[in-house]
Amino acid sequence: MNNSTVMNAGILRRASTWLYINPRYFLAVLLLPPLIWLGVIYLGALLNLLAQSFFRLDEFSGQVIHEIGLSNFINLFHIANIDIILRTVSMAILVTMGCAFIAFPIAYYMARYTSGKTRALFYLAVMLPLWSSYLVRVYAWKLILAKEGVIGWIFYSLGLESVLNWILEIPLIGGPSLSFSRLGTFIVFVYIWVPFMILPIQAAIERIPKSFLEASADLGAKPHQTFWRVIFPLALPGIAAGSIFTFSLTLGDYIIPGIIGNSTMYIGQVVYMHQGTAGNLPFAAAFSVVPIIIIGIYLALAKRMGAFDAL
Amino acid sequence: MSAVTFQSVSRRYGDVVAVNNIDIEINEGEFFTLLGPSGSGKTTCLRMMAGFEFPSSGIIKILGEECSKTPPYDRSVNTVFQDYALFPHLSIRENIGYGLMVAGIPNQERQSRINEMLEMIHLPDVGGRKPSQLSGGQRQRVAIARALINKPKLLLLDEPLGALDLKLREQMQIELKKLQRQVGITFVFVTHDQQEALSMSDRICIFNQGNIEQIGSPDDVYDRPETEFVASFVGSVNLLKGEQANSILNDRDTAILRPERITISSDKQDRTSKISGVIMEQEYLGPYIRYLVDVGNDLTLTVNQANLGHLSADQRYSRGTTVHLDWADDAIHRIKGTPL
Repeated sequence: MNNSTVMNAGILRRASTWLYINPRYFLAVLLLPPLIWLGVIYLGALLNLLAQSFFRLDEFSGQVIHEIGLSNFINLFHIANIDIILRTVSMAILVTMGCAFIAFPIAYYMARYTSGKTRALFYLAVMLPLWSSYLVRVYAWKLILAKEGVIGWIFYSLGLESVLNWILEIPLIGGPSLSFSRLGTFIVFVYIWVPFMILPIQAAIERIPKSFLEASADLGAKPHQTFWRVIFPLALPGIAAGSIFTFSLTLGDYIIPGIIGNSTMYIGQVVYMHQGTAGNLPFAAAFSVVPIIIIGIYLALAKRMGAFDAL
Repeated sequence: MSAVTFQSVSRRYGDVVAVNNIDIEINEGEFFTLLGPSGSGKTTCLRMMAGFEFPSSGIIKILGEECSKTPPYDRSVNTVFQDYALFPHLSIRENIGYGLMVAGIPNQERQSRINEMLEMIHLPDVGGRKPSQLSGGQRQRVAIARALINKPKLLLLDEPLGALDLKLREQMQIELKKLQRQVGITFVFVTHDQQEALSMSDRICIFNQGNIEQIGSPDDVYDRPETEFVASFVGSVNLLKGEQANSILNDRDTAILRPERITISSDKQDRTSKISGVIMEQEYLGPYIRYLVDVGNDLTLTVNQANLGHLSADQRYSRGTTVHLDWADDAIHRIKGTPL
C-alpha cells in the first residue's frame, strides 16, 4: 500500500512536471472545460435559437415546419410588435438613465470617501438585496406601491394625496395606483438593477488616482471642470459597463412588467407567451433575436461615442 | 521679495505632527530642494505650497501674498507629480494644453503655445499620442511642459526623477537645471536622494521628523553640517562623539570627518600620521576604494581612497594590514550646540 502511494505521488509529480515544462499543454488542460461549455452548450443553444427563428408554425396543425423562411421576421414588423419593441427599448433606456443617475453619487462616495470597514459595509449594502429572491422583492414592491401601501400612506399622512393623484393622472406613466402604472414598473426596474450599475462605476472611479484630481486643480480647473474633464470621462467605461447590464436585463425581463404595471406587453413577456402557451417556438426565437440586435447597436453607439476610450 | 514664505507653519493629522512649526524663505529664481527621509514632512510642505493641503497653524505667503487657505486653482503655482499624473484619456497635446483650456484661452493661441512647449521639451512629434504610448522619460518631460505652460511663478517638483533609471535620472538632473536657468522661475524640488539634492540645488532644506535641521547651500550642508542628522544624512561620514572624539582630537565636542578627507598609507617613515589602525574590510567601489579601519577605543573609521588607476588588486591594502591615517586640520568639522 505504501508502495502504491509512493507510485501515485510519483505519477502525479511526473505529470505536473511534464505540464510545467510544456506550458502549452497546461493551458489546454486549463481551457478545455470552459471551451466545451462555451462552444457546445452556450453557443450551441444560441445557434439553435437562431435556427429556430427561421422555421415556422403551421397554424392549422400547431406543428413546427422545418423550412427556412423569413415569415417570423416579417411578422416582427407588425404594428403591434413594433409597439412592444419600442416600449421595451424606451423603458430600458429610461431605466438605464435612472440607474446611472442614482448609482453615480453612491459609487463616487464609495470610491473616494470610504475605505476599509466602511467600504465593506457599502459593498454589503449594495449586494444584500441580491441575496434574496428576486420574485419576493418584486412582490414586496407590489405591496409598497399599492394604493394602501407605504408610499400611498406617506403621501396621505403628509396631506399630499393630491400630488400622488396628479402624478398618477399623467398619461403614459400613470395608472389607477403606482403598482398599476408604468412609473411603478420603472421604479421597480431601477431598484432591481441598480447594484449592477453601482459596482462597475465604483470600480472605474476607484481606479482614478488622487493625483489626477490634484493635477487638474493644480492646472487651474475649478471642481466642476475637474468633474467634467477628468472624473466623468474616466468613469465613463464603468457607466458603459453598468449600462450594458441594466439595459440588457431590462430588455429581456418578463417578470417585473407582469407583476407591476398596466399590463402592456414587453419583449420578455411576448417571448415567454409564444414559447409557452402558444407553442410558437419559432416566433419566440425570432422575437428574442431583437434584444441581441438592439444590444449590438447599443454597443456600437457607445463605442462610437468614446465610452471605451479610457479603458 | 521672497517666492515662498513659511511663518511658524504646522500641519497636524490628529495626534501626528507632520510639520512642526517651521519657517522657510525661498528666494525668487532659486532652485530650492526639500531633502529628508520619507515621513519627514518635506512632501507635506510641498503640498501646502501647491494648496492640496492647508496648514493647521501658521502663515504661507507666495510672492508676498498670503495664501494659507487658497485652493490650488487660485494659485500661480504648478506641480510636477511623482507619478506624472498625465490624463490617460487625453492626447499629449491635450494634456499639455489642459491648463490653457480650463482657463478658456482660445484654441489658436493654445495650439501655438502647445507647439512652443513641445519644442522646449524636444518632443515635437509626440503630440498626437496618448501618455501610455510614451516612455518614462518622455512622460516626465510632458509633465514638466504641462506644468510650465501656465507660466507659473513657482514650479513644484515632487520626486519627479524617482521612477527613472540611473542613467536617465542623471541626464534629467542636468536638463532640469538647464531648464530652470532658461525659464528663470523658482523651482522647489522634493527628494530623498542626497546626491540629487547636492548636484542640483542652490539651497537645500533638510527635514527630520517634521522639523528643519538646516537650510544652506550644498557646500554648507556637506562641509559644515549644523547637526548630527545633517552630517550623517548627507553623504557618508565618520561621526566622532564624546570619549572617541577626545581620544583622537583631545576635545569632547562632536565632530565629523569625511571619509575622502583621510589619507591612508602603510609606510610610517615618509609622512606624519594622526592615528594608526588595522584594516577590517575593503570594498572596491570603482571611483574609490572604501576601507573600514579599526583604530581602537571601539572606533572604526571609514576611509575612501581615490582610485587613480594604479590600484591593482595586490596594491590595495588587504584585511589585517596595519595602516596609518592622516588628515588636514581643517578636515575636522565640529558640530555646534549639539545637545548632550
